[in-house]
Amino acid sequence: MIPRMASVPVQAASGPMTGGPTLTSVPPIRLRRRSALPGFGPTLGFTVLYLSLVVLVPLAVLVLRASGLGLAGVWAVAMSPRVLAALQVSFGLSLAAATVNALLGPVVAWGLTRYHFPGRRLLDAIVDLPFALPTAVAGIALAAVWAPNGWIGGLLAPWGVQVAYTPLGIFVALVFIGLPFVVRTVQPVLADLDREIEEASATLGASRRQTVWRVVAPTVLPAVLTGFALAFGRAVGEYGSVIFIAGNMPFRSEIAPLLIVVRLEEFDYAGATAIATVMLGISFLMLLAVNLLQAWSRRRLGHV
Amino acid sequence: MSETLPRAAVGACLDAMPRHAPATRRRGGVIDESAPVQTALVAAAVGILALLVVLPLLAVFTEALRRGVGHYLESFADADTQAAIRLTLMVAGIAVPLNLVFGLAAAWAITKFEFVGKSLLVTLIDVPFSVSPVVSGLVFVLLFGAQGVFGEWLAAHDVQIVFAVPGLVLATVFVTVPFVARELIPLMQEQGTSEEEAALTLGASGLRTFLSVTLPNVKWALLYGVLLCNARAMGEFGAVSVVSGHVRGLTNTMPLHVEILYNEYNFVAAFAVASLLAGLALVTLVAKSILEWRGGDQLERSRRI
Repeated sequence: MIPRMASVPVQAASGPMTGGPTLTSVPPIRLRRRSALPGFGPTLGFTVLYLSLVVLVPLAVLVLRASGLGLAGVWAVAMSPRVLAALQVSFGLSLAAATVNALLGPVVAWGLTRYHFPGRRLLDAIVDLPFALPTAVAGIALAAVWAPNGWIGGLLAPWGVQVAYTPLGIFVALVFIGLPFVVRTVQPVLADLDREIEEASATLGASRRQTVWRVVAPTVLPAVLTGFALAFGRAVGEYGSVIFIAGNMPFRSEIAPLLIVVRLEEFDYAGATAIATVMLGISFLMLLAVNLLQAWSRRRLGHV
Repeated sequence: MSETLPRAAVGACLDAMPRHAPATRRRGGVIDESAPVQTALVAAAVGILALLVVLPLLAVFTEALRRGVGHYLESFADADTQAAIRLTLMVAGIAVPLNLVFGLAAAWAITKFEFVGKSLLVTLIDVPFSVSPVVSGLVFVLLFGAQGVFGEWLAAHDVQIVFAVPGLVLATVFVTVPFVARELIPLMQEQGTSEEEAALTLGASGLRTFLSVTLPNVKWALLYGVLLCNARAMGEFGAVSVVSGHVRGLTNTMPLHVEILYNEYNFVAAFAVASLLAGLALVTLVAKSILEWRGGDQLERSRRI
């Protein structure tokens, strides 16, 4: 797909990337091909050691603890009413927020990619703010804006709509943090879209609407779905930006990550572990889904 | 070998900031929307961003200054607030260099050599992005907490990790592991090994090759990764919240201090500290735009794979 500079074999042994015939006889299976470059051992050793200490061992301990509870134990915790309610709040609202992101994101991406207007570059940079703003800051800021006495909350209050401190508040926070994922995955695809294809569609008699729906939309769809999955994955685990606006009422507006914290504060490690395991399992499924989506869109478009 | 490293969970990049794409030039004619439709779409884009993103940012500064500049500045005279700022700088000062070294080592091993299990390793690097921040903190409590795996041993030797600074550093390192590596790996993968091989043939040492050939080739991507890594390290909330123990003046980072002040209804002080973090976010966005402008070619190529 991407042409790489041909690497020149420097030594008699094969160059690392060419894999061409070699002068020395190469055993059929080797754990690594020979390379002219130094430092393989130390850097790989350090990488593996570091990853193991920082990431693998801690996660393995979580899995180990959970296996101590047994599948039945984890299931029992996951099915207890309060946990089940929290999981439903987290996954249900994440799904709703990611769906809204999948609808709003392409509009924002389209506006920023296709048209030139004053302040476009500034606005484009602003898209990343939910990534860059620490979640606790986002949380109190969103609560301030959407509270009944806030800028937007104040406008909604006379209509009897309360956003902050209700599940609706969680939804708003999740839309906020998820938006950049969809915009940023869709934008490059829109920018790279060969406009001659659209012109061809138009010359063949398609109306603009037909071109957008039949030509542009199918090309952009994989990116939208990837963005959707990313936004959903982030939303499910989100903590900081949600807890300040959520209200955190058990059974109503309590998210699963918060319940983990509550269990920890009660020194109920087993309960916390069980909830964490369920969430971890689901996030790995999401990871898998994202990879499959990216593979699919790579096949369709050449790259994501 | 496969042409594309599985950017896998880049994926799950739960906090990464992808770069923006250049806007296409306008071309008149059959494929442009009518003027009212264009205006409506631009208005929609502006409206969505203003409502969702810009308003909360403005709210931070408005709330911080609600009772005047004097009150705002007074918030920073508080000893606990200053301790929180120092702790945040210290934690980021440890976590970012660690992950910088890790990113360089991982990228070198992964992109310059062929070995079995490479794609698994690449996927593993991205794992912290797909884990909830709270779970990232929880794993360290399970390891080093009182009931944890090493809990008794640590207690017997009077070593405290969780609910102390080492725990904060560990949790921060965990959540920021992928940032530098995931910027470098796709770029160095595409650059291949020929330049390094040429340098070695000409007699340069391995270290010299790395410093004068590899490093200049990736400097913008490296800075980019460090920038994002630092932003996350200083702003991390969920993971450090779980391992912190919330001891004022001792284990409170800035984001945690924001929470404490907010829960005490000390809103001006909470938003004042928050405004510093929001300022950090804005500086990060500006620096990011500058890096994209200066190193656009490198960053663009790193995105493409």
